[in-house]
Formats: sequence, C-alpha cells, structure tokens
Amino acid sequence: MATTAPTARTALPPVVRGLRRGVQRVREVPLLAVMILAALVVVAVFAELLAPHDPTLPVRGARYFAPPFWMAGGSLETPLGTDFQGRDVLSRLIFGARVSLLVGLMGTLVAGSLGTAMGILSGYLGGWVDQVIMRLTDAWLALPSLVFAIFLATMVGPSMWNIIIILGLVYWTRYARVIRGEVLSLREREFVKLAEIAGASKLRVIRRHILPNVLNTTMVLASLTIGVVIIAEASLSFLGVGVPPPQPAWGLMLSEARPTLMAGQWWLTVFPGVCILLVVLATQLFGDWLRVRLDPQLRNL
Amino acid sequence: MAVPLLDVQDLRKYFPVRRGLLRRGHSWIKAVDGVTFAIGAGETLGLIGESGCGKTTTAKLILLQETPTAGSIRFEGQDVAGLRGPALLAYRRAVQVVFQDPYSSLSPRMRVGDIIAEPLEIQTNLSRQAIRARVQEVLELVGLQPEMARLFPHEFSGGQRQRIAIARALAANARLLVLDEPVSALDVSIRAQIINQLEHLQQTLGVSYLFIGHDLATVAHISHRIAVMYLGQIVESADSDALCTRPQHPYTRALFAAALPDHPDDTREALVITGEVPSALNPPSGCRFHPRCPYATSRCAEEAPPLKFIDTHHQVACHLF
Repeated sequence: MATTAPTARTALPPVVRGLRRGVQRVREVPLLAVMILAALVVVAVFAELLAPHDPTLPVRGARYFAPPFWMAGGSLETPLGTDFQGRDVLSRLIFGARVSLLVGLMGTLVAGSLGTAMGILSGYLGGWVDQVIMRLTDAWLALPSLVFAIFLATMVGPSMWNIIIILGLVYWTRYARVIRGEVLSLREREFVKLAEIAGASKLRVIRRHILPNVLNTTMVLASLTIGVVIIAEASLSFLGVGVPPPQPAWGLMLSEARPTLMAGQWWLTVFPGVCILLVVLATQLFGDWLRVRLDPQLRNL
Repeated sequence: MAVPLLDVQDLRKYFPVRRGLLRRGHSWIKAVDGVTFAIGAGETLGLIGESGCGKTTTAKLILLQETPTAGSIRFEGQDVAGLRGPALLAYRRAVQVVFQDPYSSLSPRMRVGDIIAEPLEIQTNLSRQAIRARVQEVLELVGLQPEMARLFPHEFSGGQRQRIAIARALAANARLLVLDEPVSALDVSIRAQIINQLEHLQQTLGVSYLFIGHDLATVAHISHRIAVMYLGQIVESADSDALCTRPQHPYTRALFAAALPDHPDDTREALVITGEVPSALNPPSGCRFHPRCPYATSRCAEEAPPLKFIDTHHQVACHLF
C-alpha cells in the first residue's frame, strides 16, 4: 500500500489534484467558527425578514413567561418562549444579533483606527510624541477597562452609538502598543530609508510604506478584539449602562432575566448566554486562525 | 582646478554613549574621525575597510541620514548642511543610493513600476504618462524588460532586484550614486554582471559613484581611485592601479596579503596582522593601527601620522614614509 500510494497520486488527473488541494485549504479554515459568524451576519442583516414578531412589543395573545415550544405550555407561535412582558425571545435574539455585530464591528473599527494611528505616530515620529503617546497608553492600561467604560457610559448617557465610541476609546491601547513595535522595526527597513533619502515627506512615508505594512497586524488584532468588544457591550448592557431598553441586546436580555432565573424561567438567560458564548468563541477561533495564517511572527503575542 | 562634484572635508561623526544608569558624563564613539576625499564628475571612488570602520556612516552622512559632528560636505561647491526646501530636494535628486540587501530595499507591497517611480513622484512634477515612460526607459537601461514594471519584487532574483534598485536610483537623473556594498549579497557570477552594468551606465550617463565595499578585487576593478579606511580614518588613498600594484600602508598591504591570489601557485608577501579591530570607543593613541602593525615603533604609539603625499596622487598616513 505504502509503495503504491505515490504512483497513484501522480497518476491523478490535474483536475482531481486541484480539487484535493482546494479541499485541503478549506479544511484548514475553522469551519465551525466561519459557520457561526456567517449565520450571525445573515441573521443580523435580515433580522426583519427572519424575526417572527416585533422584538419590542408583546406578542398578541401570548402568555408572560411562556416556555419554549417543546415544554408543556409552550407554543410554536413563540418557539423559544416569551419574557416578562410577553415579548418573543427568538425575535429579540435575532435583533440582538444586529446590535452585537454592529457594536462589535464598529467598536473594533474605532479602536483599530485610533490605536493604529497612535501606534504609527508614536513609532515613526519618535521623540516626545512617542513619549506622550506611550505614557498615555500606560495610564490607560492601568485603568480597569470595564470600570472605565461604565464611568464613560454614565457620563454621556446610554445609546448604542455612545457605546461604540466608548468601547473604541477603551480598547485602542493594545493596537497602539503592537503597531508601535511593528513600526519601530519597519522604519529601519531599507525601503523606508530609501523613500526618506528620495525626499519623501513623513506623511508620504506613512501612507505609502508604513500603513500598508502594518495592516495585516491590525486585521489580526481586530479579529481578536471583536469578541472582547461584544462581551464588553453585553456587560455594559447587563449593568444597565449599555444599550437602553426596549432595544433588544443580548446583555440587556440577561439583565432583565436575572430576577426570574431562580424562579425557573431558564430560557430567558440560557439562550442569550449561549448566543454570546458561541459568537465570542467563533471570533476568537477565527482570529487565531487568521493570526497564524497571516503572520507566523505574531504567534507568541 | 575644477570644483569636484562631491567634496568632503575633515568629516567627523561622533555618537554619544551613555554609561551607567545615572552617570551624566558620556563618552563618544568616533565612527568617522576626520575623513577627507573628493569625487569628480564621472569618477568612481572606492572606499574599502573592515566592518565597523565607518564606511557606512560616511555614506549616511553624505545621504543626510545623519548630521555630521564636524567637517563639511560640499556638492558642486555648495555646503549641503544648510540646504532647505527646493535646494534640498535638488540635492536629494542628485545623490541617490543603492543598498547592499536587495531583499530589504524594495517594498514587498509595491509594484516594481511604483518603486522606481517614487523618486520621480517626489522630486519632479512630471505627468503620470511621462513617469511611466521614464520608468520603462530606466528598466531598459539596466537590462530589464519594460513589462516588468507590473510585477512585484518577490518575482525577481537577487541580481534582478539589484538592477531594479539601480534603476530607481537613476530614475531622476542622479549625478552621484552611493553604492553601499551593492554586490556583497549576490552570487559571484551575478556580481560581475552588475559591476559591468554599473561601468556601462557610468560611461553612457557620466554618473559618479562612491563605491563602498570590503572585497578588494571588486572595488579595485570598478574604481578609479581607492581610499582605505581604518577605524574612522583614511589611511591610504591612491589611484586604483597604484594602490593595487604598490600598496604602501601596512594595513593596506595586510589586506592584499589576506586576499586570495589570482593564481594558486602565486606566492605572496606573508603579512599577517593579529588581534581584533580595537573599539572605536577607545581608539589606540597615536596611529590607530599601531597595536596590530608589525612595523610599529615607539613613535607610532605617541604621534598620529598625518596623510602625506608620497606621489602625485598617492597619500599615506604612516610614519614609515
């Protein structure tokens, strides 16, 4: 068997070999993570079409605290049960996906752009600019991020867009640190020196040479940050300083269900909890894969 | 006498070294310590020396990557230290560089055409079409196909990459190329091709070279004149032929003795220098070469020998002459 295998492989027509290689490449992708993330995106984008009920209003004719359909007293009208106002849990989960995705992506975008910009300025300009930005980062990192976020949220008042900006402001520091290190090594590279010798302005060097070369790192960091931001949003909503009711958000659903957990209405906490768990797990798995794929040097980050 | 293209006078670059955690006083690394040379139009000056002797620092000073501690660099008679704005850009346009490592000097994310076009975009206000035409022109000039402008650097071999680097340096009609060990990273067969290409370019374009290297044969082949550096100072400078046939300074002679002979049966003067290059932080007193020099006398330890003419174009810094 072992001796015939190589000849069998070389004898395969190129189409089959190409297919095999394709399959192998797909196998390397974390399939579970991609499936969960794809489902999240589809659900978030088509929430109006998928949700059976309005997430903010009680379902007409439904009981309060109706259990999921497979339990006694449940109905297929509200497959995952209803909450304390008689609202459909499934619909709220579906619309909550939109909030989680939006906050996760936009928060990461704010944190990523701010952090990358600061990191590049710090690393490339050096001197006192570097000192100021890095001391600021140190101070920022010394603050417990969630407490800091709560403080900011109570200052500006709860709204989804405020939460996005706040989470961006809380999580930019890790980008700044990593990107700065990256830029410090890049600016010693000869193609950067050559641009400077040719008389390129600092802005031009940053735009043409530094930024394109740190984007990979930024992408990897971003994929790892999304999960953290989603958790933070859920925590803020849970603590009552996040997305304001009656807007459906997973963290808010947990918070509202807390008093009834002991009373036996487990579906109000378990379903949003599972959603958060799966999405964060998926982003982390995907981020890990991307990290290894794009930059082996980042492995021990 | 005509004004040389580049005139370097008593150039010095000292780097401060802080020692200890709180100690205020610092000492200096004298990377370049009083270097004087001139390069005429269409001429090649070779700069030879061991690693750490200040060759690359000299290049950095000329390229304005570092500011000199003392001394002057004059380009066509004008001091480059005070250049600002358009005059600075004109100098940057006239003086370009080719580095040793063709893998690090080309941005991996830019197409070859964009890499070559970069100096043109910065230094000239040519139209897009004119820039593209010029890029194709210089690609042909260095022996590559114009269509290669669309490719990325990783699609080329080391020798081709170095040609691309030369094309970029020449794109905006540079007058002086600083070649910082341009062939040290290449295979011997490719090395000869690049050297011949450089000589050909010099004949057609009249560009001057400052050729930095540590390989005697290569530097001797391409240079009109050669300066030998040791610990931040020039110890001997002469026409290429004179230096190769009649090296005078003990250090130069040791360098030639250490090089492989042209023929295995050739016998050579066996001049072996011992020991390591002393630290530039604490250079020896007097002649910097005296601790390793087989001919050293007591005078060498006390008095630094100045560069003296021993022939019309031959200068040596040694008490023996």
